[in-house]
Amino acid sequence: MAGSTKGWLALGLVLGVLVTMVGVSTWAGPVRPAEVRVGIVTFLSGAAAAPFGIPARNAAEVIISELNAGRVPAPYNTPGIGGVPIRPVIIDEAGGAEKQVAEFRRLVLDERVDLVIGYISSADCLAVAPVAEELRALLVMFDCGTNQIFEERSYRYVFRTHGHQILDNVGAARYILRIRPQVATIAGINQNYAWGQDSWNTFRESMRKLKPEVRVLAEQFPRLFAGEYSAELSALLAARPDVIHTSFWGGDLESFLIQGLPRRIYERSTLVLTTGDTVLPRLGQQIPPGVVIGARGPHGALAPNVPLNRWFREVYTNRFNVRPVYPSYHMSQALFGVKHAYEKALAANRGTWPTKEQVAAALRGATFDTPSGTIRMALGNGHQAVEGVAYGITSRFNTATKEMELTQVFHFPAECVNPPEGMKSEEWIARGFPGARCP
Amino acid sequence: MNARGGGLGVLLVVALVMAGLVLPRWLVFLLALALAKGVAVLSVVVLMRAGLVSFGQGLFFASAAYAAGFAMRWWGVREALLLVPWSVAVAVGLGALAGLLVARYRDIFFAMLTLALSMVLYGVLIKAYGVTGGSDGIRIPTPTLLGLQLSGDDARLLVYYLAVAATAAAAWAVGRYAAAPAGYLAHAVRDNEVRVAYLGAPVSRIVYAAFLLSSGLAGLGGALTALNVGHVDPGLAYWTTSGELVFIAVLGGTGTVLGPLAGAVVYELIRSYAFKYAPYAWQMLVGAAMLLIILFLPGGLWSPVERVWRRQQA
Repeated sequence: MAGSTKGWLALGLVLGVLVTMVGVSTWAGPVRPAEVRVGIVTFLSGAAAAPFGIPARNAAEVIISELNAGRVPAPYNTPGIGGVPIRPVIIDEAGGAEKQVAEFRRLVLDERVDLVIGYISSADCLAVAPVAEELRALLVMFDCGTNQIFEERSYRYVFRTHGHQILDNVGAARYILRIRPQVATIAGINQNYAWGQDSWNTFRESMRKLKPEVRVLAEQFPRLFAGEYSAELSALLAARPDVIHTSFWGGDLESFLIQGLPRRIYERSTLVLTTGDTVLPRLGQQIPPGVVIGARGPHGALAPNVPLNRWFREVYTNRFNVRPVYPSYHMSQALFGVKHAYEKALAANRGTWPTKEQVAAALRGATFDTPSGTIRMALGNGHQAVEGVAYGITSRFNTATKEMELTQVFHFPAECVNPPEGMKSEEWIARGFPGARCP
Repeated sequence: MNARGGGLGVLLVVALVMAGLVLPRWLVFLLALALAKGVAVLSVVVLMRAGLVSFGQGLFFASAAYAAGFAMRWWGVREALLLVPWSVAVAVGLGALAGLLVARYRDIFFAMLTLALSMVLYGVLIKAYGVTGGSDGIRIPTPTLLGLQLSGDDARLLVYYLAVAATAAAAWAVGRYAAAPAGYLAHAVRDNEVRVAYLGAPVSRIVYAAFLLSSGLAGLGGALTALNVGHVDPGLAYWTTSGELVFIAVLGGTGTVLGPLAGAVVYELIRSYAFKYAPYAWQMLVGAAMLLIILFLPGGLWSPVERVWRRQQA
């Protein structure tokens, strides 16, 4: 009897030690992984692949391989993320919101990615964000434009490391009034879907607030991927507005510009291309002088001259023989934001690998350096980034860069073109930009 | 569409219920999506039985999905058992109107008219930005079941079981329809419409009834998709969605009820694995799989099963 009691005691002791060990290891948080798996979702096929998806994918490839090799300038000169290499899992954004919701679930639950960076289409962002929250999976949206996401709901695991469409169009309105203060009439040609409708509304309302006597002469919404704009061009030529605003992108933008050339639309009106940066390297000399070019923030030709940007342009151009455009910059912002957050959480954790929640807490409200300058996660409870925006106007062809040079470049700081925290964009514009601080 | 199909159906329902508990969660989600699509494919098959190919089932698919979205947004209805019948009713209502026009046409004219109507809905959804959210679509919050508010995995599982139950009901209904006089007459209309008319059967009513059933099934598929995905966008009404349904019908085989459902599951799986293993060439993989099936199983994926049954009966 005594022997068996001793046996039980010994067993109890062993069990107790085991339980304590398991308890300690769980308490110490997740172990340092062999790699950080990052799901990357961007258009690899379809109309948005060439102008956006592939430049973003290229940026992800080159930045991740440089990061893993530890060749990025400070403050990102440590290899990988805290010494752990990054492994991208790249998938196509095609197939619609329904397919993307299924693919997001697969990335998180089957591929076991640590986070997902993705989504160019606003519909995909809107559909996937609640799923990320449901699965408690980190999601960093890198390129979609809608301002709805953080203005309608609050999230814990969802972030966006670039500014939304408001800054493009408020910035465009402010820029026009700076270089053409006498502007009296405006017109818009935008694709008939949410992006085009939002962009034009924001631009028109901003112009009306900034200069109430401005008249709108034409509002055109050809369908997405129409590709043929002779009727619209005729109407715009007849209306003779001082300024024509367009948020066209990709093939539509190129078609519109090329079809407008022989009809000299740019001589009668000042064209404002909010996504114009993407066509500068593609169309070269075909873009006439006097066209206002935006890049959805300080990206591409309008990016600041900082060491990170010089490095980024160089490694990207060496690898792909073309310079990075704004979707590439958006991708860089997401990747550097993630690295910054992980390493901040790692430091706060005294070297123990952080949980998703700790990474999310570190990214919330963070400020970090990117090739586009310093990004602040200032809106949506620290989940939505603000950026400044820059615009310039084409002047002459530069034979060295094979691009039109931009002059009269003007940078509007983030406080000038973004609503303050807690205010919806629409309301901010309707109330005449309260709290905006512009130079 | 026979007793053996019924027995197998019961087995499959049991297997699907088990699958919900055993399979990884992403696969359960995919399965729910495939079942919803499978129900919509049944709607194509019902019309094919009457010799009609519809390239516009997206009209009912999307209108039911949006009906669920609006009921949630405007009236705050979250009950799945109210949302699904309501969405199906909207789709059938639309089908009753559209059917007055399109049920008079056959062949390519029927296909083009249905395609046109679904593209009209697509245009409206894109352009009525203030109401429908345009291309951004609208969010569908997690539904409740009998007032029970679930979240996370439980909610997913609930929607999955709802899809299983609805699919089983739809399969049973289509099986009954196919075995009923209306179903046989639809088949006869395909073979020789004039002869059916001379026999004294009301051809226009038979076709109209098939069209109504078909719109209800497509609507059921749309409602399930909306509740499962949690977001609806105008892409649901686009012709590629309708085309995909026809495509899956051909893939699965149009002779049985289970064929289209199996086709939908296989299609979703092929597409998902193609996304995973060939992110740059997934379209080619899906296309190649289709070609192989058409070459080697011209009767659809289900045709070997049918052949075995027939041999056993003989």
